[in-house]
Amino acid sequence: MEMVQIAVVVVILLALVKPLGTYVYHVFSNEANWTDKVFGPFERLLYKFIGIKNRDGMSWKKYALSFIVTNLILTAAAYLLLRLQWIHLFNPNGMEGMEATLSFNTVISFITNTNLQHYSGESALSYFSQMAVIMMMMFTSAATGFSVAIAFIRGLTSRGQTIGHFFEDFVKAHTRIFLPASFVITLVLVALQVPQTLDPTLTVKTLEGAAQQIAIGPVASLESIKHLGTNGGGFFGVNSAHPFENPNPLTNVIEILSMWVLPAALPYTFGRFAKSKKQGWVIFSAMMVLFLVCLTTVYAAEKAGNPVFGGLGIDASQGSMEGKEVRFGIAGSALFTAVTTAATTGSVNNMHDTLTPIGGLVPMAEMMLNVVFGGKGVGLINMLMYAILAVFLCGLMVGRTPEFLGRKIEPREVKLIAVAILAHPFIILVPTALALLTDAGRAGITNPGFHGISQVLYEFASSAANNGSGFEGLGDNTTFWNISTGLVMLLGRYISIIAMLAVAGSLLRKQPVPETIGTFRTDNALFTGLLIGTVLLIGALTFMPAVALGPIAEYLTIR
Amino acid sequence: MRTNAFAATAGNKPDSSGSILWQALRSSLVFIVLCGVVYPLVSTGAAQLLFPREANGSLVKDGSGQIVGSALIGQPFKDPKYFQGRVSSIEYNAAGSGSNNYAPSNPALLERVNTSIAQWRTENPDVPIEQLPIALITNSGSGLDPHITPQSAAVQIPRISKLTGLDEAELKQLVEVNTEGRSLGLFGENRVNVLKLNLQLADRLAGKSTAPQVKG
Repeated sequence: MEMVQIAVVVVILLALVKPLGTYVYHVFSNEANWTDKVFGPFERLLYKFIGIKNRDGMSWKKYALSFIVTNLILTAAAYLLLRLQWIHLFNPNGMEGMEATLSFNTVISFITNTNLQHYSGESALSYFSQMAVIMMMMFTSAATGFSVAIAFIRGLTSRGQTIGHFFEDFVKAHTRIFLPASFVITLVLVALQVPQTLDPTLTVKTLEGAAQQIAIGPVASLESIKHLGTNGGGFFGVNSAHPFENPNPLTNVIEILSMWVLPAALPYTFGRFAKSKKQGWVIFSAMMVLFLVCLTTVYAAEKAGNPVFGGLGIDASQGSMEGKEVRFGIAGSALFTAVTTAATTGSVNNMHDTLTPIGGLVPMAEMMLNVVFGGKGVGLINMLMYAILAVFLCGLMVGRTPEFLGRKIEPREVKLIAVAILAHPFIILVPTALALLTDAGRAGITNPGFHGISQVLYEFASSAANNGSGFEGLGDNTTFWNISTGLVMLLGRYISIIAMLAVAGSLLRKQPVPETIGTFRTDNALFTGLLIGTVLLIGALTFMPAVALGPIAEYLTIR
Repeated sequence: MRTNAFAATAGNKPDSSGSILWQALRSSLVFIVLCGVVYPLVSTGAAQLLFPREANGSLVKDGSGQIVGSALIGQPFKDPKYFQGRVSSIEYNAAGSGSNNYAPSNPALLERVNTSIAQWRTENPDVPIEQLPIALITNSGSGLDPHITPQSAAVQIPRISKLTGLDEAELKQLVEVNTEGRSLGLFGENRVNVLKLNLQLADRLAGKSTAPQVKG
């Protein structure tokens, strides 16, 4: 039964990829189609408000500048709102202003689509902050990532045209995807018992007569965009493990699918742009194969349970239930874990810190590879980056100039890709080493032994991959952790995005080379294999030593 | 006319970084209002209109109409005559969800589990620990898990029967009534809502204790 429910979710996902991928293509292809009729009038109103007179394509530099400036303004506004929380409306629980380094960490976390949370929502945020800071940034950061991914795809696929107009993409991502979808999912979640209210924290008298405080609020409207936008920051401290955020197995499936479906559909959208659906499926398959390996591993490890409990004589046949919820069980928890770190959402329905060593290795590995579906757009960008790299490596082996989608891959592109690929391990491993070397860093560690190393490694992998989940035991609301992870999140988001926009800009200017019999094909199963090989080779070479010190060493000590 | 021609070219020239700043400012404002204020408030209005019970936390009342908690949020049950929920390091404080996040290798985890087992032995001498399910003595992720597994309820029946005088068969039936199946027969796990179960148990006990009093 457990395997069946996992399989059913995967099948539903597969069925959604094509229709949704097609829809996204229609939204962003800028060719006239039915979506214009529905959303056009409202969008024209927004363009007017924003002051966009024409929507001619931008150069990659202008596109990058536009999204960076917009992100900067949103970040500044959000920072102010958090600091000035005490004067807000919608603050029935009387929250005070947020501390400076924590505010710094929080706004970066949300604008970079990471949603690492060093605060706990029920004790640190007013409802106004949950809405105007958290929900707002969940939309805008997802829309930013989505826009950039589309721009990158255009650069790779369109012949001598532009990568698009940032503000037009940004508006459309909101109006045609995130806002309507979030509203519908919000109502579905409320129907399935997720609260949505502006009333303050409840106090009830329990059956035994004690007083119980129950934090509540506008949860559902955050929950829907949290997953659709692969954001992942919870309304409450324990995220989707909280019964108000994720009250039953159906909401669990809805949340899994809503964070998974857009990243999974993007490769298909890419195939449509590239006028080669096969090319889209090749990328999708590589992601899916890696995902299934991860999913199987985490499920098997959690089902096998914690070996430490083996000798106690209790009935431990259910698997490792520490940190998990009864309503989801092992299957619903393992699937959520595999999807949330693949799609770099970072919401959790079970505590990753309590996962068995090999179970915990899986989300860590997915964030280190950062290409298994990936967050809003960025995962596809990373996978395409690896695709170009795979083409380059194959080109070296056979002694030909590598080509991808009819463009020559030359030193400029390979250099930019090298920067992006090397940045990721650099901003994980160097800060990890620094944290382990300093008292301020080590002070956060709460679990002894090798698992402590895993806690640190996980935190920076999560920040760099803009995932946002954590080995949550880590005591991370300190100046050291707020600032260090804040910087890693910034670098993790913007270095690769800017480098890849530059690659898109440079590919756009190239003369297409005609396809010949000697052209290395990138739209077949062989290339899927090569792509997976490239990802694993680079990932394993880079991260194996660090992983051996953390989860693998812990596994060996308790098995 | 020269000035007009100049204005026209300036209007057509979207490349100045000043215009980017201006557009970025205005679009930020638009989406702060749209996504941060309009969307959540409209959602709240619609939710309150369509699903008022669910939108307000699925509160549960006892027989006398008094609100005793939320069906979704677990409660601590200290009295051994009630069914016990899972371990919660936060004592089911639903204003501060969380857990200790013990790693599988953390000695504190083993220590806590051993304490639970020892406590089980004293409170449930009739049920051997081979039957004690792991879910009952592990900390849920939220610390607020409202459910236990059906097996976790079943192993508590002998103790509760002894303490309350209620028939084991009656208690078994009570557990069955309060067992929720998988959603759509497929997703999630079978589970028992501890608060709902104990509410009905309390009703039975109230009925039972008043009955003899009337006789006496």
